[in-house]
Amino acid sequence: MLHRFANPTRFLRLANAVLPWATGLTILLIGAGLYFAFGASPADYQQGETVRIMYIHVPSAWMAMFAYAFIAVASAVGLIWKHPVAHVCALAAAPIGACFTLICLTTGSLWGKPMWGTWWVWDARLTSVLVLFFLYLGFIALANAFDDAARGEKASAILALIGAVNLPIIKFSVDWWNTLHQPASISRIDMPAVHTSMLIPLLLMAVGFTMLFTVLVIIRARAELADRRINALRSARIHAETAHSGA
Amino acid sequence: MSGFFALVGRDIRIALRQFSDTMMVIVFFVIAAALFPFGVGPEPNLLARMAPGILWVTALLAAMLSFDRLFQNDYDDGTLELLVIAPQPLWMTALAKIIAHWLTTGLPLLVASPVIGIMLNLEPRGFGVLIAAMALGTAIISLVGALGAALSLGSRRSGVLLSLLVLPLVIPVLIFGAGAVDAAIGGFPATQQLLVLGGLLLGCIVVCPWGCAVALRLAAD
Repeated sequence: MLHRFANPTRFLRLANAVLPWATGLTILLIGAGLYFAFGASPADYQQGETVRIMYIHVPSAWMAMFAYAFIAVASAVGLIWKHPVAHVCALAAAPIGACFTLICLTTGSLWGKPMWGTWWVWDARLTSVLVLFFLYLGFIALANAFDDAARGEKASAILALIGAVNLPIIKFSVDWWNTLHQPASISRIDMPAVHTSMLIPLLLMAVGFTMLFTVLVIIRARAELADRRINALRSARIHAETAHSGA
Repeated sequence: MSGFFALVGRDIRIALRQFSDTMMVIVFFVIAAALFPFGVGPEPNLLARMAPGILWVTALLAAMLSFDRLFQNDYDDGTLELLVIAPQPLWMTALAKIIAHWLTTGLPLLVASPVIGIMLNLEPRGFGVLIAAMALGTAIISLVGALGAALSLGSRRSGVLLSLLVLPLVIPVLIFGAGAVDAAIGGFPATQQLLVLGGLLLGCIVVCPWGCAVALRLAAD
């Protein structure tokens, strides 16, 4: 199954089939999510209207971690099975994940000012997410730092695997340390501690963001494969021309 | 094993012959730490409060200056290719170079840190824990830094890139290292922080030489 999609043509055929559906779902889910988030859900009795920031903040925080996990898994697949498309997907996902992380940090900061009375505190959750953002930047910088693209994608894949130790630290930081950031309220074994009227927009946005991530990764991976193809064709033509003029 | 010790000896000899490189790291450490009293004011209580943090941050930045020469010279003159094809496992080669790096950079930083501690008015009861935590911490920094150096070997502007790769990964060392000294100053046992640092060191000894080996093999291709 995995090896079938090591062939870029086959991968592109699947990607092109998925793309319109994923795009439609993204628009539908985020549209509905925004409608519920801003119109059809109640304001919180303590937080007031600022609770609506959560409908962007929480899904983007999930996506920030999901994107890094995606990169780590794709990097492992690329390193172990020498799967070329896996590296392309990892590189395609990195700037998107970095954007989600930045959105998460910014919206969290905007929410923190009226709620906690401060833009930023150095507690475990916030600090570990900031480190995640730095890891994304390091990954992107390392992948683009070499003249030989193959070298960059392998080196950055090793970095992605080592940086993955940060993910459990982010997830459990609110349990391990006594932090200002509240502990998990959705992913609990018993009922979620969030009322249904607020859970609906949250879940709609979460699935919508996942679809958005899929769409963006496909578009970027497609562009990257096309770019490589153009480069390969160009160097093949130069080779043919030099061979011709040499004869 | 003889190849292992020969490599450690060779790297130490090279470092001693280029002694000014080692000295530069220490001089940077002293100067950077000496800037803080000018920046925040020479008030003794404030400096004593900030001393553990200043020591750790400046030691970390000083160590960052030393990683570019860890593999770069061997890479430039082709020694690295011979080390990669040598019968000795590559992770052992990497570990030998890391040990040599710690002996020529981490150890001098360790020796210099109590002196800077005195200059920054560090509480006397913090010194023992400072040295213990620094011994563990500088070893972790050597291991993680070597990994960053191996990954960025042969890249454009590897110096800046190296900082971007290594600094986020050593934040835990900073947290627990400075935390241990803070605890000791406050009169609490620092065992917990030292144990965490020891655990981090053991984890890094497992992961970093292996990661270095993979990265060096990539670079030597």
